[in-house]
Amino acid sequence: MSITQILPVHAPLAEAPTPAPQSRFAFLADWADGLGDWTLFSLQALRGIVSHHLKGRELLRVCVEVGVNSVWVVAVTGAFIGMVLAVQTYNQFHTVGLETSIGAIIHMSVVRELGPVLAAVMLAGRVGTAMAAQLATMRVTEQIDALACLGVDPVKYLVSPRFLACMLMIPLLTVLADIMGILGSTFICLNVFHIESFHYWKHTANFVKVFDIFNGVIKAMIFGGVLSLICCHRGFNSRAGAVGVGRAATEGFVMSFVAIMILDFLLAMFFNALHVIIWPMSGTRMA
Amino acid sequence: MADDAPLPAFADEPMIRLRGVSMRFGKHRVLENVHLDIHARETLAIIGESGCGKSVTLKLIVGLLKPTEGEVSFEGRSLAAMKEPELTAMRLRVGFLFQGAALFDSLDVYHNVAFGLRAKGGISTEAIRQKVRMRLQDVGLPLTVETKMPSELSGGMRKRLGLARALALDPDVMLYDEPTTGLDPIMTDVINDLILQTRKRQPVTSLIVTHEMRTVMKAADRVVMFYPLSRLNPGEPQVIYDGPSHGLTTCTDERVRQFVLGEARDRLGEIHGEFIPEH
Repeated sequence: MSITQILPVHAPLAEAPTPAPQSRFAFLADWADGLGDWTLFSLQALRGIVSHHLKGRELLRVCVEVGVNSVWVVAVTGAFIGMVLAVQTYNQFHTVGLETSIGAIIHMSVVRELGPVLAAVMLAGRVGTAMAAQLATMRVTEQIDALACLGVDPVKYLVSPRFLACMLMIPLLTVLADIMGILGSTFICLNVFHIESFHYWKHTANFVKVFDIFNGVIKAMIFGGVLSLICCHRGFNSRAGAVGVGRAATEGFVMSFVAIMILDFLLAMFFNALHVIIWPMSGTRMA
Repeated sequence: MADDAPLPAFADEPMIRLRGVSMRFGKHRVLENVHLDIHARETLAIIGESGCGKSVTLKLIVGLLKPTEGEVSFEGRSLAAMKEPELTAMRLRVGFLFQGAALFDSLDVYHNVAFGLRAKGGISTEAIRQKVRMRLQDVGLPLTVETKMPSELSGGMRKRLGLARALALDPDVMLYDEPTTGLDPIMTDVINDLILQTRKRQPVTSLIVTHEMRTVMKAADRVVMFYPLSRLNPGEPQVIYDGPSHGLTTCTDERVRQFVLGEARDRLGEIHGEFIPEH
């Protein structure tokens, strides 16, 4: 007697359920579903940071990839952004005789906004897309499944070090972008437009405070964490084939960029409110 | 359907059980209401056309995918009810040879095989080294490849390396996803022999997803054949054959016969040394 006859191997096939008609708002359900999945994915990555899965050597390798290898691109773009700002603002300020205030305006913009946003966008473009493509390739070639089969949590093993490396490295890159932006704008202001240096720096010292640098660095850390999680999530959920890998990388960058811009607005509001709470007499600051 | 030829004696309780399992990816249905029992020490081959859910079944068994409906259980314990540590412990008892070997391309051969042992923890470096060398020898890879990267290996060597990695943790269950796909006939025989040797060396339960009838005839005790849902009539079961491997050649089900004949002709028309004429 065969096993087929002993065991109820087959059961009658149920009628295939009729698919429900697509709601006009189905995209909202898909969006909420995706956001929920990303949140769970992020929580798992956060758990990985405090678990024994995090290997120091792997973290160091990713830190080098994220931080050291991004130095030159952040430095060059930071310097040129500072120079462009100086060129674009000089005429307006010169017209009303306030050219010595250019330094304060540019340096405030660089420290609070352009430094962190620039570093984050550069990181999303250079590192985020690489992360998404790398993880997508691992997904397509079943390496992520193989990790799970060998008793390793793929999110904790692959995502946690990348997330932590981005969080740790982006403040340094932001400070670098700030310094290069300030140097670039100062070079143009003092050497090309011949602005008087004493008042140029005095106005900067009066306006740009430690809180502004803190503001930029904290924003950058949040950008770095979010962009790494978005790019890794896209890579993990890649579709098959070269098209799937390419799409994962593109989606990773685009979604990171949009998230950075939205977060930037929200964090600017938050830090302004925080500033008013801490120093109520100073009034609302420029975001 | 299957004939009444006796099958090897297995334990009464199935080691792996699928009950009413359905799987959909979006609107695309892959599996529908599949029931399957796999007993300890049994070697079961799953055959069928591409896209009928064979590889998906393996991933459901090891918990890499969750069924849309139904239940998958391992030694009587539902995978859905398992917490993460329990699921990890279960996976450590299962070796998986992936279709493309799924080697970690950033690690060399030695570290690929050692990966599971190191992740498991509690094993000395020397013990890991010995185990890695033993497994490389088991699959016929020279120790000189230890420092090579996977990209430097041929297709057959990659498959053997994947097998060595899967066997490193001495699994109770081995899952083979298309182990001989893309290999030449000689290398196909080498891999088939490795599957048989693995079974002889340790009491392992094996599931082989394959198109290769030589693998089925050589290695499998029992065969189930899946049929694509798109070509089934409403109410028909997706598993259209469940029986001993030698029963395939005498099966009267036209769909099974077509598949076996087609596959046999594709591979020199040789099954059990007999040429199967075209009807």
